[in-house]
Amino acid sequence: MPALLVNLVAGLLFGLGLALSGMTHPEKVLGFLDFAGHWDASLLFVLGGAVGVTVVAFRFVLRQPKPLLAEKFYLPTRKQIDLPLLAGAVIFGIGWGISGYCPGPAVALLAAPENREVWLFLPALLTGQLLYRLAARQFAKVAIGNLLESGSTANS
Amino acid sequence: MENFTPYSALAGGLLIGAAATLLLWFNGRVAGISSITGSLLTPRSGEVLWRVIFLVGLVAGVAVFYAAFGGAPLTRASYSSGLLIAAGLLVGFGTSLGGGCTSGHGVCGLGRLSLRSLVATVTFLLVGIAATFVSRHIVGVI
Repeated sequence: MPALLVNLVAGLLFGLGLALSGMTHPEKVLGFLDFAGHWDASLLFVLGGAVGVTVVAFRFVLRQPKPLLAEKFYLPTRKQIDLPLLAGAVIFGIGWGISGYCPGPAVALLAAPENREVWLFLPALLTGQLLYRLAARQFAKVAIGNLLESGSTANS
Repeated sequence: MENFTPYSALAGGLLIGAAATLLLWFNGRVAGISSITGSLLTPRSGEVLWRVIFLVGLVAGVAVFYAAFGGAPLTRASYSSGLLIAAGLLVGFGTSLGGGCTSGHGVCGLGRLSLRSLVATVTFLLVGIAATFVSRHIVGVI
């Protein structure tokens, strides 16, 4: 399956890039976020390099009718700047700024299993993601219930 | 800026950008790590294998790098376990609520010129800077 092989190669390149850039070291990430300390601008170069490639390459890629090995592009459809986006970015920023880990480096740390931080941070991250999904499901249930309720009231 | 490593940072960034491009160009998928891990928690058929393979590749890539050049990060002895768990919960919940992280919004969203992703990226960068400042220089816990 060539498509599955592409996933493997993309993952490998992504991992190599993360490790080479130094972003698998939380203290290096904190060195960027800490403007009041010995500021380390490296993260800006990582983001700049990555976005430099994607801005140019995605323009070409997304002009194609479809991907080379798939039926369609699976892209996010939401466009509006809403409260969940902002609140989510704020909550993520707090956790990131405290720990120095965003999800990529947290997964990458599985390559250093003797570092016990991965066994604390990664399960917590997955738990947080699961909690969100459970909360969202509950919220959707309540919202649909209210909608049905108001619908039946209107009909009676 | 004694620890500043512009060349390896830029080269690593180019590799990450190339990886994201490869995934979108060939398979039409976005290389957002938080979405990839999050979707595995509520698995749907046909949506699991590619994500697992990508993550295996990612970890393997990092492992190959450490094996060749060394330098794997060590446990920070002074860092509190409770704080690490709390931060993990926040990162997990926040990235799911906000629909992305540094890779999904930062690398891929900015690449698509998405305004949502630009707002998210600026927000978590600024909040991250503030959170580091407070926890390191005011509370002194990290």
